[in-house]
Amino acid sequence: MKSHDIKFELNGEAVAVTVDPNDVLLDVLRGRLGIKSPKVGCDRGDCGTCTVLMNGRTVRSCLALAVEADGAQIVTLEGANNRKWTQKLQKKFHERNAFQCGFCAPGVILSATELLEKNPAASEHDIKEAIAGNLCRCTGYEPIVRAIAETAKGR
Amino acid sequence: MPITAEFEYVRPKDMEEALHVFSLYKEKARALAGGTDLVVHLKEGLVRPEVVVDVKSLPELGGLSLSARTLRIGALATFTDIIESAQVKERFPVLWEAALTVASAGVRNRATVAGNICSAVPSADSAPALALYEAEVLVRSLKGERRIPLADWFTGPKRTALQPEELLTAIELPVPVLKHGGSYMKLSRYEGEDLAQGGIAALVLSDTTYRVAACALGPVPGRCPKTEAVLNGSKLGPKVLEKAKEALLGELSPISDIRSSKEYRLHMAQVMLERALQAAVSRLFGKGPKYGAGSIC
Repeated sequence: MKSHDIKFELNGEAVAVTVDPNDVLLDVLRGRLGIKSPKVGCDRGDCGTCTVLMNGRTVRSCLALAVEADGAQIVTLEGANNRKWTQKLQKKFHERNAFQCGFCAPGVILSATELLEKNPAASEHDIKEAIAGNLCRCTGYEPIVRAIAETAKGR
Repeated sequence: MPITAEFEYVRPKDMEEALHVFSLYKEKARALAGGTDLVVHLKEGLVRPEVVVDVKSLPELGGLSLSARTLRIGALATFTDIIESAQVKERFPVLWEAALTVASAGVRNRATVAGNICSAVPSADSAPALALYEAEVLVRSLKGERRIPLADWFTGPKRTALQPEELLTAIELPVPVLKHGGSYMKLSRYEGEDLAQGGIAALVLSDTTYRVAACALGPVPGRCPKTEAVLNGSKLGPKVLEKAKEALLGELSPISDIRSSKEYRLHMAQVMLERALQAAVSRLFGKGPKYGAGSIC
């Protein structure tokens, strides 16, 4: 296999890395670049724990080849603090005990960030739909939905 | 999980280079757009290409464009692009409604409509709507372009009419001339992220013609012409509905699998047909549930 030298913006900083065609973005972020907020869950796009923002949209980093990130802007939870809703969500999650083990939290917060950036007046149904692809085995979702709803309402 | 299979990655600089690669490698080449199916298949060893061709570099595959007569869905258009298009919502509401039911937001941001019909699983959510709107699939190879009616596209579960040296470039839908109402009913085990256990899409046009299509209720998704023939010209009432349901049963051949039994699928197909037709008719007259409220669980 021919390896590829790729460059992309990761959490606001330029990074350059050499990857093989079969390297997966999630594995390169975690194993090579020290970014640990995206998690390896189902590793096939169903659970949402590997969620990152790619060019402003949430994507499954377990379903992207690393080489596809060439020229892209990647933001993980580590670099999302300057986004309008992320910190508010994090504070509210903390306040409302909306995560327990925390494994799903980075993905949930990025999905909620994308939702509120598009639709700050999101209804409970919108919230449930937006995080439908983020599985949580601890909370039963209710405190998560409540925390996102309260963040949206600015309460 | 790393991908254990080895392959080369190519980002062609133009369409000609891409088509050369497909011509050279044929079934050993795989097109990569959103990757939401391909990367899973690579991880699981279901496909073993020698070369993966990242077609996202080809501008002629991009975007949605609506002219007076045609909607062109470029091969790179994602389900999110469909959902965010006011024009699709207005002119092709059943496709819009179906797009909302596909996987989850993070998958829809990358998954393409073209990829959905290339993967060609029997439960492809976009397929019934594309069938209702009489879509044609445009494919290209070095030999030229072909237009394939959607009815001829699906040749079996996970099989299509696409030849190994060809690349899907776009899906085209004629803009319906007549006023219409429609609905996509998706049966799933829970609201949110699930594959269809069965899906029925229905369209009623202002000249009292009907179009009905199904997915996950047979080896390939597609139209149900016998059901349509029963309905055509009739006002929707209990008698014609009963006849239509009977005709529908004769056109479906679902399997029993982990998601549901054949008997349950057949029973629910009739329920979905009735609800889809009722929603379609009320929407034709500007009433009924808003588009996007179609799914049943």
